[in-house]
Amino acid sequence: MRSLTLLGAVLAAGLVLAFGAAFSQEGAPVKIVPRLTGTADPMALERVPALGRAVVDDVRRMRNYPEQPPVIPHSIDGYQLTLNTNRCMDCHKREFTEGSGAPMISVTHFQDRDGQVLSDVTPRRYFCTACHVQQTDVPPLVQNRFQDAKDIGRKP
Amino acid sequence: MTLSRREMLKAQAASVAALAANMSVPAEAQPVSGGVDTLQIKWSKAPCRFCGTGCGVMVGVKEGRVIATHGDMKADVNRGLNCIKGYFLSKIMYGSDRLTQPLLRKKNGVYAKDGEFTPVSWAEAFDTMAAKAKETLKAKGPTALGMFGSGQWTIFEGYAATKLMRAGFRSNNLDPNARHCMASAAYAFMRTFGMDEPMGCYDDFEHADAFVLWGSNMAEMHPILWTRVTDRRLGQPHVKVAVLSTFTHRSSDLADIPIVFKPGTDLAILNYIANHIISTGRVNKDFVEKHTTFVKGATDIGYGLRPDDPREVKARKAADPAATTPSDFEAYAAFVKDYTLEKVSALTGVEPGFLQQLAELYADPKRKVVSFWTMGFNQHVRGVWANQLVYNLHLLTGKISEPGNSPFSLTGQPSACGTAREVGTFAHRLPADMTVTNPEHRKHTEEIWRVPNGIIPEKPGYHAVEQDRMLKDGKLNFYWIQVNNNLQAAPNSSNETYPGYRNPENFVVVSDAYPTVTAMAADLILPAAMWVEKEGAYGNAERRTHVWHQLVNAPGEARSDLWQLMEFSKRFTTDEVWPAEILDANPNYRGKTLFDVLYRNGNVDKFALSEISPDYENQESKDFGFYVHKGLFEEYATFGRGHGHDLGPYELYHEVRGLRWPVVDGKETLWRYREGLDPYVQPGKGVEFYGNKDGKARIIAVPYEPPAESPDAEYDLWLVTGRVLEHWHSGSMTMRVPELYKAFPGARCFMHPEDARKRGLNQGAEITVISRRGEMRTRVETRGRNRMPPGVVFVPWFDASQLINKTTLDATDPISKQTDFKKCAVKIVPVSG
Repeated sequence: MRSLTLLGAVLAAGLVLAFGAAFSQEGAPVKIVPRLTGTADPMALERVPALGRAVVDDVRRMRNYPEQPPVIPHSIDGYQLTLNTNRCMDCHKREFTEGSGAPMISVTHFQDRDGQVLSDVTPRRYFCTACHVQQTDVPPLVQNRFQDAKDIGRKP
Repeated sequence: MTLSRREMLKAQAASVAALAANMSVPAEAQPVSGGVDTLQIKWSKAPCRFCGTGCGVMVGVKEGRVIATHGDMKADVNRGLNCIKGYFLSKIMYGSDRLTQPLLRKKNGVYAKDGEFTPVSWAEAFDTMAAKAKETLKAKGPTALGMFGSGQWTIFEGYAATKLMRAGFRSNNLDPNARHCMASAAYAFMRTFGMDEPMGCYDDFEHADAFVLWGSNMAEMHPILWTRVTDRRLGQPHVKVAVLSTFTHRSSDLADIPIVFKPGTDLAILNYIANHIISTGRVNKDFVEKHTTFVKGATDIGYGLRPDDPREVKARKAADPAATTPSDFEAYAAFVKDYTLEKVSALTGVEPGFLQQLAELYADPKRKVVSFWTMGFNQHVRGVWANQLVYNLHLLTGKISEPGNSPFSLTGQPSACGTAREVGTFAHRLPADMTVTNPEHRKHTEEIWRVPNGIIPEKPGYHAVEQDRMLKDGKLNFYWIQVNNNLQAAPNSSNETYPGYRNPENFVVVSDAYPTVTAMAADLILPAAMWVEKEGAYGNAERRTHVWHQLVNAPGEARSDLWQLMEFSKRFTTDEVWPAEILDANPNYRGKTLFDVLYRNGNVDKFALSEISPDYENQESKDFGFYVHKGLFEEYATFGRGHGHDLGPYELYHEVRGLRWPVVDGKETLWRYREGLDPYVQPGKGVEFYGNKDGKARIIAVPYEPPAESPDAEYDLWLVTGRVLEHWHSGSMTMRVPELYKAFPGARCFMHPEDARKRGLNQGAEITVISRRGEMRTRVETRGRNRMPPGVVFVPWFDASQLINKTTLDATDPISKQTDFKKCAVKIVPVSG
């Protein structure tokens, strides 16, 4: 856990540098984080950090809770996801997972509005990117203090 | 310990994953230590905190913290689904920079406009605020006091606010941010049907044969409604989808008929379709004769800019933009005859074949059609017209008020309908579609509120854009902003919004859960409880009222907006704020606080704490000593019961996943205005638009008129602003969820690759977007999800470090006063170095 905190501190420092926010905020009750609070003079023009790179390392990320849709750890550049074709299904469809090694779309994705299981992905789940998103290689703007259920309520 | 090869592999995989997540894992899986009880999660229902869809979510709580959320299987809206934002609701309350104490700008220990934010107690915060409000009231009267609220206010909060402002402070300077969002839709409903909000509901989707999106990117902005459209389109091959927009986006991916038109010309397309219906003999004559009348609207109505703007001076009917004159079918048919296929194709830039296919969806009597629109129509200098023109099509063909035939105005905020419209928090409105300008309505309201006759002022207050102008001009001096981020959202902000906030004559208070750009520009910040940290109620786009319990406590000293409004009211006595003549005539009101007369009035304080479910916390009620939410709800519901806006008994709403009003005899109404489906339609009428006294809807003749500003040689690009899937509104919640932030970490300017190349710009290049009003910096995106036509750029507004609204124009629809955020002219230059 200590290494996590340390990492957070390093990231935060990097963030301040990235935004060129050199002014001291020591002890201020509200910290300036430009993308959240605006810059110190909100009407001023400031440099804009470069667009981040998409995370494409293919490493699965742990979910915050079981119901969370997993994020996409690979490139989806140029993927067609239209009325005519769904490129994601080329790998994630049940029949194709053995060849692709990709995770099969979950069993919930076969259920229609009434909870009945269909033989393939339900049309209402057709557009994958409504729930599954790529990640960019940027540090969070502020720490999020959400606590994992596994750290709550268990008395060793 | 010996490990099999398989265990070894698993252990390695886990440590790789752990490395990636920067955490440690125990050496081996633990059994259930402490028994199965430790695995239990307390699940409760709530509506989603974000858009106007109103999805039901189940919220899991463990030891006072939200630890998971998922789509509610029992909620009809979404049946177990959420969009990416909804799935991350669990994390929106836990950003580490939550505001937990009031912060006042101070210098040398006292309030100073140019002071630094300093933590203060609630008592000091309210004392300072009350002193400022009293000072303002004394110097300039109630018109110098104002409030900017929200379509994200709970129904209770909006209702408490409208009481405090109108009956307490006697000011109608109350407007919601929903003015920026759906005022055009609300005005068009009133002008066409005499009653606000859609006649249909989401069940229309499963009955429709065609969907037409008019300026709505549902795939990103209403993703769960889009799953229902997708379900219908892919599941039933005869179904068609038409998507109209000024650029190609994710909704276009499902389109059979994808249409990109020149900004503002949708008005001409709508009139062309009407012409097509008439000229091909497909008018439903019986319906039109029995259920409609015709009017002609005033034209050349200006653009809602400041009155001295040359465009306003030139406009013939800028002073009376809402005027209409009676007309008839023949005159209307002659009027739209001008909108020929050839002419409209040339004006709009749309292939004639697509226009014909689109027109046939409406004209074909066998096809049931749902029309959708959101900001493309509403944020439009002719937004009210656009809304009414689409009603024309449904009325001419009788495709309305029955399953599958539905003109459907979608809303952007979770309670734009419930709080802004139904409660009536607009500058001119009272609950249940009543207005402050109508003496009968005021009298009725005063009776229900149990305040003396003559308390509610008659003159409508300042609307959103006008509030900013009046702050800048020093005419509005005490200003309270709740549940919105207007400095990020308002148009032309560097000229018309920011100067007013920092005007030394003004005192600006912002209640929010997080420090936003608006909060940072305020003089006093009040920390707010959010979402399930309080009991609440929202009303979604299909008239569904959905209530939730308080599930967790707010951090630190953060308190709900409701608590703030009610607690603040204790600091004023009637003698300080009401005129002597009214108190002379009603001496029993003397010497009471506004809290006494507004909230301890025998209605709001009618229900005891014992009526609160013992399973849930309810902080405000405990503080005030009565069941505040039930009292406010029941008093408010009095307005609508028996008048077509009926709400059920409050307790019922804690049991169900929302109910669509009117709720009559415990039953919700899915389709209004049709006999057999709506109990308010008189037997034998078939269809009755009972909002209008004659029971008929209005078909209006209005033309295409150009936008307030169009590109020219210098400012050569159209600018369209809007949202992205992953961020909700100004991003104050979603940007604090790491997964959502990382999915779309900053604003950017979507542009056509050819437009970029011509300016010497590559993908990702830093640019300045410049308008006649201001400039902002961002980066070029030529590859993303929005595929722009040449000459049009799109910049989302969620990023507080890239305020695109410094460049937008504060032109509004002159009838609805809603800003057009979709059309102004900019130029783009590279940032050197």
